[in-house]
Amino acid sequence: MPGKRGKKVIELEEVVVKFAGDSGDGMQLTGSQFSDTSAFVGNDLATFPDYPAEIRAPEGTVAGVSGFQVHIGKKEIQTPGDRADVLVAMNPAALKANLRWLKKGAILIIDIDNFDSHHYKKAGYIEDPLHEGTLENYNVIKAPISSLTRVTISQFNIDHRTADKMRNQFVAGMLYWLFNRNIKIGETFLKERFKKKPNLRNANIAVLHSGYGYAETIEAMAITFQVDPAIRGKGLFRNITGNQATSWGLLAAAEKSGRKLFLGSYPITPASEILQELSTMKHLDAITFQAEDEIAGICSAIGASYAGGLGVTSTSGPGLALKNEALGLAVITELPLVVIDVQRGGPSTGLPTKTEQADLLQALYGRNGESPCIVLAASTPANCFHFAYQAAKIAMEHMTPVILLSDAYLANGSELWSIPKTEDLMPINLPLVDDNDAFYLPYHRDPKKLSRYWAIPGQKGLRHRVGSLEKADVTGEVSYDPLNHEIMVLTRSEKVERVANYIPEQKIIGKKRGDLLVIGWGGTYGSLYTAVKELQKEGKNISLVQFNYIFPLPKNTGNVLKGFRKRIVCELNLGQFSTYLRSKYPQFDYLQYNKIQGLPFLVTELKNKFNELLEEI
Amino acid sequence: MAFETSTPVISPADFNLDTQVKWCPGCGGHTVLSAIKKALPEIGVQKDKIVFVSGIGCSSRFPYYINSYGFHSLHGRAPAIASGIKITNPELSVWIITGDGDSMAIGGNHFIHILRRNLDVNIILFNNKIYGLTKGQYSPTSPLGSITKTSPDGTIEPPFLPGELAMGAQGTFYARVVDTDPKMMTEVFIEAAKHKGTSLVEVLQNCVIFNNQVHADITGKDVREDHQIYLEHGKPMIFGKNRDQGLMQSGSKFIVVTIGENGIKKEDILVHNAHNPDDTRHYMLSRMSRPKFPVAMGIIRQWKTGVYECMLNKQIREAKKKSKIHSVNDLLRSGNTFRIH
Repeated sequence: MPGKRGKKVIELEEVVVKFAGDSGDGMQLTGSQFSDTSAFVGNDLATFPDYPAEIRAPEGTVAGVSGFQVHIGKKEIQTPGDRADVLVAMNPAALKANLRWLKKGAILIIDIDNFDSHHYKKAGYIEDPLHEGTLENYNVIKAPISSLTRVTISQFNIDHRTADKMRNQFVAGMLYWLFNRNIKIGETFLKERFKKKPNLRNANIAVLHSGYGYAETIEAMAITFQVDPAIRGKGLFRNITGNQATSWGLLAAAEKSGRKLFLGSYPITPASEILQELSTMKHLDAITFQAEDEIAGICSAIGASYAGGLGVTSTSGPGLALKNEALGLAVITELPLVVIDVQRGGPSTGLPTKTEQADLLQALYGRNGESPCIVLAASTPANCFHFAYQAAKIAMEHMTPVILLSDAYLANGSELWSIPKTEDLMPINLPLVDDNDAFYLPYHRDPKKLSRYWAIPGQKGLRHRVGSLEKADVTGEVSYDPLNHEIMVLTRSEKVERVANYIPEQKIIGKKRGDLLVIGWGGTYGSLYTAVKELQKEGKNISLVQFNYIFPLPKNTGNVLKGFRKRIVCELNLGQFSTYLRSKYPQFDYLQYNKIQGLPFLVTELKNKFNELLEEI
Repeated sequence: MAFETSTPVISPADFNLDTQVKWCPGCGGHTVLSAIKKALPEIGVQKDKIVFVSGIGCSSRFPYYINSYGFHSLHGRAPAIASGIKITNPELSVWIITGDGDSMAIGGNHFIHILRRNLDVNIILFNNKIYGLTKGQYSPTSPLGSITKTSPDGTIEPPFLPGELAMGAQGTFYARVVDTDPKMMTEVFIEAAKHKGTSLVEVLQNCVIFNNQVHADITGKDVREDHQIYLEHGKPMIFGKNRDQGLMQSGSKFIVVTIGENGIKKEDILVHNAHNPDDTRHYMLSRMSRPKFPVAMGIIRQWKTGVYECMLNKQIREAKKKSKIHSVNDLLRSGNTFRIH
């Protein structure tokens, strides 16, 4: 294909680009800008930001490196990619932190202005990495990004500090050239972002052009790439992160059910964006209450549900630990409640910005007494919308707390999402009571679901009392009667088990019988799916089940697990889901593949493991 | 809530429940319950719009004893639950029932933050200075040196004064009453309900089993007029059997003076200004203790200022007016979207 000025254009099926720099270098912004541009031209994509827990960790050190990985493709994209084809390293620390994730022969764009001895020593290099010979396998482009940015904006009367923040647009400009993107898309992005600051807008646009022009001019970038639009369904799409999708799913459930959305929450990484996002949604009647602690977050949400709202609380592992007492209160008062746990590395404060799936057993069993909660898990950034909606629907229809497990990888990662119409979402039927219903009793139940009814303070003639003490069946009076307690425990348990009658059957990706069944749950879907699909293409007898409904499990789970010679449960913990499956379906053997590095699975490591197992058969 | 005259007439009996009240005979809780039942018909709210929320402890069984919407919750957490209720439906009259352990120890954090936010709710704090339900351990309000089951050699922790904590948390309404004065309680509960903002009423309550006579020096029939001062906004701060004792300020402190002695006239006595935004004097009044001073009763502070849920609802109205996004469908289609043909 002929390119601009006769330069060679190479068509790619997929490409992974990683942006890396100091926390303050704007790499997250450039990353999203590049993703949006790719989405605009029709590529499929997945992104993953990788940022330090500290806001501005010491400049130029490996600890302070912030990264953003984008995987775009003409083909279906399900993960942010194992290794990068292009790395932008704004300083030696960014290079050091990311070099091992770079493919051989990859393009490495570095800001040569930051590669002096002062900078590379700060990053922990003893010798200049550019002369060490370590980079000989890469196509290194040494671009004077800082100095050319400063020259470009000298006409704008902007100080050096602000100027340095625009270096990311120089990088963006270079990438627009490298990937044959229309620079107008980049301009539109900046016009929107700096709507109210015309001088900054013009300066950023100038830097963007400057980077584009530089890439066009230099010899080193004689080759450019083309990633054509992906072939997929028509319609309206957007790029969405897991936390945003979760927030919007809750809004949709509130609107559909006619309830006021109330989020009681305490800021915690990586869940805070849900609180932040919903705090901007007052026009849609969403209320956010930034509580004094995690406990007040969940308690206020329980209060909101008691008062007839959709009570939700969002948190991460340490916060869930604090909320477990109140979860028991929601269990015994049988009020709707959604708890969103965006999992991160633990125990304790652990790895606040890194992903892990180690809160599963806490979600299932973390409370005193017989205290069953529904547990769901989202599996892609975009389907957080669906599962947040489902969590709210189940909570309100069945009068029970629901824990939705997300994780740092889903929360911060993004993917393209086919925008639904709210008319097409499943209806939510509330177990409400009419005013002055003479037969209303607090623990009178729906005969099928076993859920009690939702009588709301302010309603006429329905005054009643709920509370944390055990209640007599039907009447709801305080009761310490031994047999009544057993009846109530069994009823609450049965109520939750019966939710299995209202959830979809477990799907299997691939054949129903075969050599190896890969079992996953929640956020590992992208890498497991990609690995299994690739092996299926190679003719291997392998299938995947990825669970979203954890408790109760779909009714066909036993049948799904049955038809394979080997089963391997893959999860980002020491084996919590495999422990759970062994307790529920002890008739099967389960192998395990576990990773506890705060990182998602790589497709390559999964394929190696699966191949190993397939060869043994 | 609106105080409409058209509200159907209700009586204290409307709040009676058939269930047995399981407080000990002689417990101060009984008189508080009866005073609240007397106050409720006077606050101008329909009976189906009243919610009692409690934590854990003897006092927190309260919602089970009154015919209203009720939520008996977790130890210390009632203010958080009540916040969710009030914010979701500001039309409800929300009452928090708590004790000294519930609000000052395990729920201390929620207690100070609800006061700071100033939601329009009422807190009734039963202060018997002991843990009753767990059978007699000291509480954060037990006087220094108290000998209890967990302090056989006397406590070595200085006690909290709830009023002091309330002022520190920028509380807008603080009153103190005794469980032996039903008339005073009813009057103060009505005022607490009418106050726009978080009202805290501390009830000095007797625990007949574990801390009997703890407040006897204040509430005893023979001493109460000399040892209590009942404060009323706009009136001089006078007390005593003969109504001849009063408060004056000397330097930065209060002094007790006798009217008629040293040329002191009634006009020289300080007038109580509960509405003063500056809480310095309210703080001093709340801290007055025996034997040097009488203990202040009645409404010590009542300051009208911004209420949380009113400000929130104002923001919501403004956001709705400004936004072009009126539904979730609008939201999903806002910002950067890509149409694929």
